[in-house]
Amino acid sequence: MSIASRTLLPLALLTVLLGWAGLANAKEEIVIGHYASMTGDQATFGQSEAKGVDMAVEEVNAAGGINGKAIRVIRYDTAGKAQEAGNAVTRLVTRDRVVAVLGEVASTLSMAGGRVAQQFKVPMVSSSSTNPDVTAIGNMIFRTCFIDPYQGYVVARFAHEKKGFTKVATLFDQGQAYSKGLNDDFQKAFKSMGGQITTEQAYSAGTADYSAQLSAIRETSPEAIFIPGYYTQVANIARQARKMGIKAVFLGGDGWDSAKLAEIGGEAIEGAFYSNHYSHQDPRPEVQEFVKKFQKQHGDVPDAMAALGYDAARLLLDAIKRSPSTKGADIAKALSETKNFAGVTGMISIDKDRNAQKNAVMLEMKEGKPAYVTTIPPPGAGDEKPAPAPAPKAPEKK
Amino acid sequence: MIALLASSWLNTDPTVFVETLLNGLAVGSVYALIALGYTMVYGILKFINFAHSDVVTWGAWVSFTIAAAVAAAIGWTFTGGAARPAPLWLGPTLLVCTMLVCGAIGFAIERLAYKPLRSAPRLNVLITAIGVSLLLQNVGQLQFSFLPGWLKFPFGTQPQSFPQLLPAEPLATVIGVKLYWIDLIGFGTAVSLMVALEWLVYHTKTGRMMRAVSYDVRTAALMGIPVDRIISFTFVLGSMLAAAAGLLYVTKYPGNLLQTADTTWVLLGLKAFVAAVVGGIGNIRGAMLGGFLIGLIELFGARYLDPGLRDVYVFSILILVLLFKPTGLLGSTVREKV
Repeated sequence: MSIASRTLLPLALLTVLLGWAGLANAKEEIVIGHYASMTGDQATFGQSEAKGVDMAVEEVNAAGGINGKAIRVIRYDTAGKAQEAGNAVTRLVTRDRVVAVLGEVASTLSMAGGRVAQQFKVPMVSSSSTNPDVTAIGNMIFRTCFIDPYQGYVVARFAHEKKGFTKVATLFDQGQAYSKGLNDDFQKAFKSMGGQITTEQAYSAGTADYSAQLSAIRETSPEAIFIPGYYTQVANIARQARKMGIKAVFLGGDGWDSAKLAEIGGEAIEGAFYSNHYSHQDPRPEVQEFVKKFQKQHGDVPDAMAALGYDAARLLLDAIKRSPSTKGADIAKALSETKNFAGVTGMISIDKDRNAQKNAVMLEMKEGKPAYVTTIPPPGAGDEKPAPAPAPKAPEKK
Repeated sequence: MIALLASSWLNTDPTVFVETLLNGLAVGSVYALIALGYTMVYGILKFINFAHSDVVTWGAWVSFTIAAAVAAAIGWTFTGGAARPAPLWLGPTLLVCTMLVCGAIGFAIERLAYKPLRSAPRLNVLITAIGVSLLLQNVGQLQFSFLPGWLKFPFGTQPQSFPQLLPAEPLATVIGVKLYWIDLIGFGTAVSLMVALEWLVYHTKTGRMMRAVSYDVRTAALMGIPVDRIISFTFVLGSMLAAAAGLLYVTKYPGNLLQTADTTWVLLGLKAFVAAVVGGIGNIRGAMLGGFLIGLIELFGARYLDPGLRDVYVFSILILVLLFKPTGLLGSTVREKV
């Protein structure tokens, strides 16, 4: 007994001291949370986003942090699963006591995490979830990208005006809010332009065989197939479609943006078009500076998720800096007041629905790399610009 | 449902029907191979080996690992636009190597996880099986960064593109239906393995011992049959078939080599399990029949009814079979031993 207390007492004292030291240390830093799919079939989304976030945080820390406090990021993997997203945000908020949360990429996961963040009144910034319902969760949820009604319009207008397609089939993931929403938005826009949707087919995660859907699509002989899914499935669909003798052009959205698309899709994905948040070929100095810096650190060209992750983290840190305290309500207020923030992916102004109004670009897969094709501004914003640089626009009314 | 299928067949192109039939048989042969593992273990130990679907996953990833090592050794690219097809000897080599590796994994699982529980209640073994399943899923995603780069073990955390083992061009076009190498060779491999198993179980001494153990473990032991060795052998056999199924699956769907913890694999295993139950769990011929049946029902349902509901068809069949013939199509009624 006495031996036990003799060894245990100093240990207990040490623990208390270390705990105090930890607390004292904690006062010197601001902790933000990040939940992302670091593994799984959307892994490049999370990995790219994390690189962008880390770059932004390092920059701020190198410049002395915020009010002398260093920024620290705590990151949890969601493995691309909605229930993990909810768990991750709960853990970040209740255990790690983060002041704000960054994430996710996939809309379904952002909704799962967003509901938790909203419940605990902790501000959340999603860098690239495009489904409108994400920010509709509540006044704590923000995003730094455009939303799907606009993205659907962009792809529809590109297909109709630039490519002259009139007959398009769609194939979407019925288990993903992003895919389902974008499918509806594209169809609405394409039909309003006078186009025809030959057939609409759905798939769900957990299947590798798309022959049934593709054979139904083949019967309607469309000029193009719109596939608003995530890159792993899209690459598989493209391969199987080409194997089945389908020659139609593939169209898609920002869920395609990953080096894995060409790695898995190979030849089948060549000549496909998708809408995206930015192109690394954009000559704007902000973009080129970011691309150069990113390449120096990581060796490869940043994709849109990296650029958006960088923008989202900088935007959040900027709001924390302007905010009178690190209380959730104050940071959220500062976030909602963000106007004309010069991001890599364009000028960001947060509107009353806590969304960002930005232009989208269309990219084409050429020799396994996405190449810039054109920029399409929101409806009613006048003609598109000839230069790739999307000029900053005043926020448009939807 | 049959009437519905028939009427929709009349309304559509007959080549689509044949195409669906071929796909259904190809998928069905994978289900059948996996179902055999479930059914053999159930036949002998009367428990569902939940880790079986993970051996399938490992089969696919072990093949990929070997292929990647070969690719690095002979300077061959198999991903992206510069991908070239694999040398023809690679496919059979992968099949043999993967079956050996997974056979060893199956042996280890039985020895380390299930054998110590031989006399424990069945529930304990069942829970252990779930534990083994989780272990395999997660070990398959660990990053051992100290290993040399060409050795892609363990398998990694994101989907990979499997090399093209067989020519992508169709072998022949008969009345507008393209016949692919993979469908033919996959089906052929699966059927030959099943014929070999059938021969092993019904025409060899080892097979007779397996059947004896499955009939009554205690009596078999009294007759001098090495029960433990037969149980180990059954696990090795089941795992080897699972490995072949994993390889065939990713050869057919090369872009879909998903990380080991992905639900796709669980669903694949679950459907094969349904096939084993539909055919009559414990019955080897039943598992083969069930596998093909489930493959065909899934693909025909997806093609002629709604593709989004493909899993619903499979599990509805399970419910129907359990309601009207709980012992399965080929299963016989066995009185529960007390």
